[in-house]
Parts: sequence; C-alpha cells; structure tokens
Amino acid sequence: MTPSEYGSRRMLSPRVNGHKVLLGVGKPGGISYILIQLKFDIQSDRRIAQGRSCAWSDYSRKKMDYEAVIGLETHVQLSTKTKIFCSCSTTFGAEPNANTCPVCLGMPGVLPVLNLEVLNRAIKVGLAVGGKIAEWTKFDRKNYFYPDLPKGYQISQYDLPIVSGGGLDIFADNAHKTIGLTRIHMEEDAGKLVHGENMGDPSSSYVDLNRTGVPLLEIVSEPDIRSSEEARRYMDKLKTILQYLEVSDCNMEEGSLRCDANISIRPVGQKEFGTRAEIKNVNSFRFLQRAIDFEIRRQTELLNEGGTVVQETRLYDEKNDRTVSMRSKEEAHDYRYFPDPDLAPMVIGKDWVERIRATLPELPDEKAKRFMAEYELPEYDALVLCSTRATADYFEQAARGAKSPKIISNWVMGEVLRVVKETGAAPADLPVTPAMLSKMVGMIDSGAISGKIAKTVFEEMAQSGLDPEKIVEQKGLTQITDTSSIEGEVDKILAANPSQVADYKAGKDKLIGFFVGQVMRATRGKASPDMVNQILKEKLK
Amino acid sequence: MNDICSWTIHELVAAMEKGQVTSKEAVEAYLGRIAKVGPKLNAYITVDEEGARKAAVEADKRRAAGEATPLLGAPLAIKDLLATEGLRTTCGSKILDNFVPPYDSFAVARLKQAGAVILGKTNMDEFAMGSSNETSHYGPARNPWNTSKIPGGSSGGSAVAVAADLCAGALGSDTGGSIRQPASLCGIVGLKPTYGRVSRFGLVAFASSLDQIGPMTKDIRDAAILTSVISGHDPMDSTCSSEPLGDYLSGLEDGVEGMVVGVPDEYFIEGMDPEVEQKVREAINILEQKGATVRRISLPHTKYAVPTYYVIAPAEASSNLARYDGVKYGYRDMEAEGLSSMYCSTRNKGFGSEVKRRIMLGTYALSAGYYDAYYLKALKARTLIKRDFQEAFKDVSVIVAPTAPAAAFGLGERVDDPLKMYLSDIFTISANLAGIPGVSVPCGFTTGGEPVGLQILGSYFQEASTLRVARAVEREIGITTVKPRVDN
Ligand SMILES: [Zn+2]
Repeated sequence: MTPSEYGSRRMLSPRVNGHKVLLGVGKPGGISYILIQLKFDIQSDRRIAQGRSCAWSDYSRKKMDYEAVIGLETHVQLSTKTKIFCSCSTTFGAEPNANTCPVCLGMPGVLPVLNLEVLNRAIKVGLAVGGKIAEWTKFDRKNYFYPDLPKGYQISQYDLPIVSGGGLDIFADNAHKTIGLTRIHMEEDAGKLVHGENMGDPSSSYVDLNRTGVPLLEIVSEPDIRSSEEARRYMDKLKTILQYLEVSDCNMEEGSLRCDANISIRPVGQKEFGTRAEIKNVNSFRFLQRAIDFEIRRQTELLNEGGTVVQETRLYDEKNDRTVSMRSKEEAHDYRYFPDPDLAPMVIGKDWVERIRATLPELPDEKAKRFMAEYELPEYDALVLCSTRATADYFEQAARGAKSPKIISNWVMGEVLRVVKETGAAPADLPVTPAMLSKMVGMIDSGAISGKIAKTVFEEMAQSGLDPEKIVEQKGLTQITDTSSIEGEVDKILAANPSQVADYKAGKDKLIGFFVGQVMRATRGKASPDMVNQILKEKLK
Repeated sequence: MNDICSWTIHELVAAMEKGQVTSKEAVEAYLGRIAKVGPKLNAYITVDEEGARKAAVEADKRRAAGEATPLLGAPLAIKDLLATEGLRTTCGSKILDNFVPPYDSFAVARLKQAGAVILGKTNMDEFAMGSSNETSHYGPARNPWNTSKIPGGSSGGSAVAVAADLCAGALGSDTGGSIRQPASLCGIVGLKPTYGRVSRFGLVAFASSLDQIGPMTKDIRDAAILTSVISGHDPMDSTCSSEPLGDYLSGLEDGVEGMVVGVPDEYFIEGMDPEVEQKVREAINILEQKGATVRRISLPHTKYAVPTYYVIAPAEASSNLARYDGVKYGYRDMEAEGLSSMYCSTRNKGFGSEVKRRIMLGTYALSAGYYDAYYLKALKARTLIKRDFQEAFKDVSVIVAPTAPAAAFGLGERVDDPLKMYLSDIFTISANLAGIPGVSVPCGFTTGGEPVGLQILGSYFQEASTLRVARAVEREIGITTVKPRVDN
C-alpha cells in the first residue's frame, strides 16, 4: 500500500425519506441542510462562570518566590482533503451540516475507516519533532455525551499513541531551551453548537456537525514551560514546524490550532508539582499569554493568602481577561476509554516510516543553521527569516548569488515583512519578487541608486510590480555621481549658509549632517551621499 | 401453488428458471401467507408489500431479459438490525421506531445485487439483546412448532419466518448465538460465519467485536448459497477480512468419510435436557457410521465463556448505544426540558429494561477502577478460549455439540431470571468469543415435538467443512420435510 489519501469509497449522503431525522430537509431539486435544533438552550444549561473572580493586586511589592510549571496540550487540525474516518470534505465555512454523511453523523450501523493520510501526517510530525513512532498503535473510544458528539464517543488514542517523546527547541529570553513532548496522538474533532438571537428560535441551541470527524493531532508537552513568554515561543515554534511540514493551516481563527494549558506554581527550588488548573478555550497566542499570566497571578495570590489551589478546569474569559472555574476534579468525566473494536490495531512498518522520513523538508532549526553558515547571517536574522518557510524561501531566492546577503536579509526582515503584514499576502505572492529585490540591492551595491532612493523604488515595486531598473529610469531616480554637478550644488549651499560654515570651521563638526541634508534636498535625494560627504569635507577644509 | 412458500431458495430459483413460477407469484404467495398466519407468529416488524411487489416485477423482467443472478426473484426476510435503504430499521427498539436509513447494509446490498426480493424486516430482541425474542419493543415472535413457546433469539423473527414458510430464506445476526440458537429452537439451518467474513457495514452494532451476519435457511444448500452471496471484502469495514472466499457449494455432498470430528466434554453438562443430549448423540453416531472418526476432546476454558461474554458484549454495547441520544434521529422525548433531562428521559423511555441493564453492566465494567478487574480480565479469558479452539483444531476438522442446552421454553418463563436466560447461550457464545464459524442443523425432535439442533463448529474460514458435515447430518436425519402446523 502506498501512503496516500483514502479516495475510492462509496459516497453516502444523508437523505431524508420521510422519517423524522432532524438533520436535513429535502428541497425539490436537491437537498439543503439545516442545523439540528435542540428545543432548549444549552448555554443556560451549562455551569460556567460560577468561579470566584480574582481581583488584580500589586505583586511588585511582594517577593516572587513561586515559579510556574506549565504544560500545553495543542489540538492541530490537519489539512487533509477528507475527514479522518469518512470521505466528507473538511472545507471550512460550508453550509451547516453540508459536509456530513452517515459515518460522521454517527448513524446506526456505519463504520469508521481510517484516512491513511492522517496517519502519514502524524508520523511526519512525529519524525520532525524527534519523537518515537509506535510500532504498534490503535484507536480507543473516549465516551461522553454532548450534542456535538454524534456517536456519544470520540475516536481517539489512549495508551498507545502514534508518537511518544521528542521535543521542541525554543529561543526565549536570549537563551535556547528544549521543551519536551510527552506524546502526539490522532483523534477526530467534534462538531459545534450554535446559539444566539439570529437563529430561527433564539431559545434553542443548534448543532452543526461539519467539523465532526475532521482530523486532529493532539500534541502534549512536558511540564517544561516556566513562563507565558516560553509558552508563546513554544506555540510559535510548533506552528512554524507544522507549516514547514504543510500538514495544517494553523489558523487559530478557524480553530485549526487550539490550545489548553495546565498551570501550577511551586516555591522556587521545590521539586514536587503544585496542584494544577487546566485552562481551556484559548484561541489566540495573545490570549494564551494573558491567560497564563492571569492564572499565575491568581494562584500566587491564593497561596500568598494562605489558600489552596484546587484541581479544576477553567475557561479563559477574554472579555474580562480572567479565567473562571468550569468544573472541579470531582465533577471530572470518567471517559471509560477502551480499544475501538471497529478499527483494527495498526502495525507501523519501519520501511513505511523511512519512506515518510524521506519526504521531510529542511526544518526551521536546520535551515537557520545553514543560513548562518552559508549566508553569514547573525543568529537573530536566521531565526526571523526561518520562522516561516515562505519567508525563508523568499530570502533564499533573493540571496542566492547576491553579493551582500545581509543587506537582502535587512530588506526581507524590514520592508518585505512589513508589506506581508500590511497586505496579508504570502511572500511568494507579493508584486516584489525575490529576483526584483535582488536586482534592486545589486543596484545599491553598484552605486546606481542610494539606499534612500531604494526605499522609494521598493515602495513603487510593491505598488506596481515594475522592474526596479524601469522605475529608476522612468522616475529619473538615477544617482548623481557626476562630480562637477555635485560640486555646483555644494557651492550653492555653502554660499547660502555663511554662518553655519563659520560655525563648522570653528569646530561644530556635527553641522556636516546639516550640509549633507541640504544638498540631498536640493538634488531631491539623487546625489550619492558618499560623494556629497566627500566633496563637502574637501570644500570646508 | 400454495406450497411455493415451503420451497427452499434453490428449489424456487430453479422453478423460476424453468418458467414454472414467477417471482411475482412467489411474492404474492408469501404476502398472502404473512397476512394469514403473520399475526399469530409476529415474525415481521415491517412488511414491505409495495417494495417487494416492485422488486418481484423487476426480477421477472430481468429474468425475461436473460439474466440469471443466483437469487433472482427469491423473496427473503431481513433481521431488523440490518440497514435497508428507505425501509424502516427499528432494531426491535422504540428508540429507532421511526428510523429509515439512507443506506443499505453491505449484506443487503449484496442480496439485492444477486436479485433477491426483500419481503420485510423481522422481529428481534431489542438491539439483539436477548435469547427469546421477548425483549422486542414489538412483542415476541412465537415458535411455530408451539406458539406458547419462545422462538429463541435474538434473530427469532427470521427463524420463525423461515420455519413457518413466511419467506424463502432470511438473514440474521449472531453475537452470542443469535442465529444458531433460534435456528435450533425453530428447526431450521443457521450459520454464523467467521468474524470478518461478512462485512458489518450497516449492521446496527450490539457488540462490534462479536457481531456477525449470517444466513437462516430451510436447508444447508440455501445457507451455502446465501453465504457465498454476502461474504467478501468490504473497504467500508476495517474488521472485514480480505481472505479469499471459500467454495461453499461444490463439496457440500462429499460426506464425512475420513474427517475427524471432535466432541468436547464441556458441552455435555449436568442440567441439560436429556432428550436434547440423546438427539445430539444420535447425530454424532450417524457421522461415525458415515465414516467420520469421532474423538473426545476438551475445551478447558469453556466455563469462562458466559462471564467473559457478559463483560465484553455489554461493555461494547454501552458505547455503541450512546449515539441514541435524541439529538440527531430516532426517538426524542419532546417534553424534556434541558439537555441532561432530554438525554435521560429519551434513553429511559426509548430503551427497554434488558437494554438498559446491559448498558449499565457495560458502563460499570469500563469504569475507572473496574476496567482491569473486569474488561481487561475478560479480554484475557477471551484469548484463552480462542487458544482452546486453536489447539483443538490441530487434531480435528470440526467440533460437534448441541446448539442449545434445551429445546424451546415457554414464553414468559425466564423473563424475570436474567441469569437463567443468559445460560441459553452457553454452547454458542464461545464461537463468537473465538471468532470461528458455527452452523446449527436440525437433528430431530423432543418427544414434545420441539426441534433440536446440532451445532458444528469449524476453524477460521472453514465454513465449507462445517456446512459439509451439517449436510451429512441433514441428509440422514433432516427434518426439511416436516413442517410446523400453523395454518389453522
Ligand atoms: Zn462524513
């Protein structure tokens, strides 16, 4: 068998044959899908927000003698074309329940069949983080009731995950640190509940099962993280690797990257862990940092007041920037995991793993090291450029064969990334191609344009996508390198500013900048700054 | 033409081939008979008159056009836990009373491809949980040999429909004996194939690692024909085997000469009906007379089969039945307010008491702190039971034993005694735990006139040899010519 997406299966569509299934209504000429309606609102049913809220207080006065111990559980949505156990599309934003079939709707008698692409991607990620790929792995059922979980259980992995161990190297607070990984396992996503006043019946909750069965990897870190900054760096790094591997879109807004944090604090120097709280529902990197900071403050305050931290699940409430209790350990589910009898255990052959290893791209850490060696870049530049594969590729295409890669690096880190950020376009789609940037930097090198003019040229390239030489030619931006015409301009400026000339001669060396500026203005920036400097110094001797 | 209904599938198809009868005529005969004796026996939950008539006309057209698929025009019945596209599939439960699947199960699709006409959906214990058909939401089917007795379960409706000539043949499912035990009690043939031989796609799951679909027929040849049609690899079921199909028909009449037949001591126990034991022993003697070598064997872990089964099956069921929550399809208590009360009330009102008992048993067995003591231990016992068979089949070709410890018991006799009820499956459960094939073939009657079944167990994917041995028994002491008197 070749590692490929499971493609050739019978398509099943949920049709309505007069029976009272609540998942769709037939329309003449086709099927349209509606939301499944529950005749009550689940939100009001849920027991959130009963946690005590924690007031801000001034910790700067107190001695901080606690350290935080943080572990992250990240759910990554894999960007496979089809779902993990059926052939439904994973496209985001489809009509409610349009991307469903009897398998992902959990209808009676249907069976899951693993999409092999999910297994391959899990192995790929495992290899990229240096984890151990299981020789024998299986799926288990995690049993609980919720309307977004149509089978009443989630197919997940329990005691024999596909990947165990591995780690991520992060660079935080000017130091390298390795965050260990406990495990990576495959599972299916649940659907989503929709509430709100613009639904058909505002007093009802609705179920949309499009997301049900979308493949997820759960990546669990060791409790090696000590600060919100490290947590942020860990997530950045994870995202970078996943994007390099092209296994996930890593889009937090669309929910393709989600994160729960286990947080406890302990007195500095103590080995044992404190009681941890699990923070759920964090949907941006910024909120992750805030939630962690809040939780550390909350727990520190509790302990300082002589209280104790209870083991519980808390939700991050972004509106009020705080975490609130959701359920305590006593209320925790017993998920009654057991091996899924519908899916045979899998034996992962060594040759299969090796075949996947051969498809691994150069990873960010290796790439950064190579950039430092090959292009003689400082570590900072290499890390920034390699933080996305697209930026690294852009840089490399521009820098290959260039005289001064560091100058190119400056341009990429500065102007290119600015435009990427402003326009939201991928580096590869920018009007300024790497070749154009390379050509422009070459023009600076040869003295054809000044660095200052180059900014204008770049701006023009970013607007029009025109070749830099053309822009320079059309706009008459060629640098003035003709000595006599610069001398003429210098003479005019010196004649017009006798008092400054006198001051300069009296020792006010700094005034050289003033004269340069005047000349540059008079030449509309086209004079070579080097030559202006040189001629001014000659004439002011 | 009234006796069309008593014909086997192969007799009927042969007659249709010769132009002696049409599928339309056969279907009308069955529908007439179902209308006449149906209410007394309660074999069907749903009769699809319109669909059957349409399919029969279609089959006759196809035959006229020169087609000759193996089941072309044969009117069959389907246990009501096999999904049938556009035809209500209740699983014997109130909770699925209104459920119409938008898909056919693999086995039903195969039958349709082979030209079969689906008469309707047969009665069964709710979610296949029962040995007497008494847990059905639609009332019990009745044993045609004695309507005050149970037909066995859970595929009771299919067994009754076949025995009482309300169809030419049927499909059932067997999780712990649910094909073989009612076949035995109703005097018909029932085969549970090797686990993985027939795709479970579309079979409403009771216990996924044990469930298997199989034929329930008037004779062994029909069982072989249906098995050939429904077996084979299905990419939609990961547990379905890609093992090549056996040839179930060509060796059927080869007899037992030279075969070694094992008779396990553990299957002749104190408390079993002596008349049943006698009939079974007589059948074994006949096999010996026909040239088989009969050997006493031991399957030492047999005594663990029932407790092992009653941990594993409910555990899987507790999870498999979680999907019936009132959210997406099936019954929902519309009165309930709020999520947890909707869940509780839907499931409380939608499920019958046996189903609820098993869900609770299974939930308990999988709970934190009990998992190792129950579920894990049961898995280990299951391995031992499997090994018993693997050892035994090194020396013997087939194992013969009674199908059930007694003939049919009275309706209502054991409903309040679940333990006693569970023991009805004592001789059939092991084959499910091991995953091996087993067939029940009639081998006589008790003095009370109730049928007795002989069970023949084979090694993995050896359906052909179990059918061959069963055919030898059928040829000598078959009861295919004797029919229950249900017409008056
Ligand atoms: Zn689907």
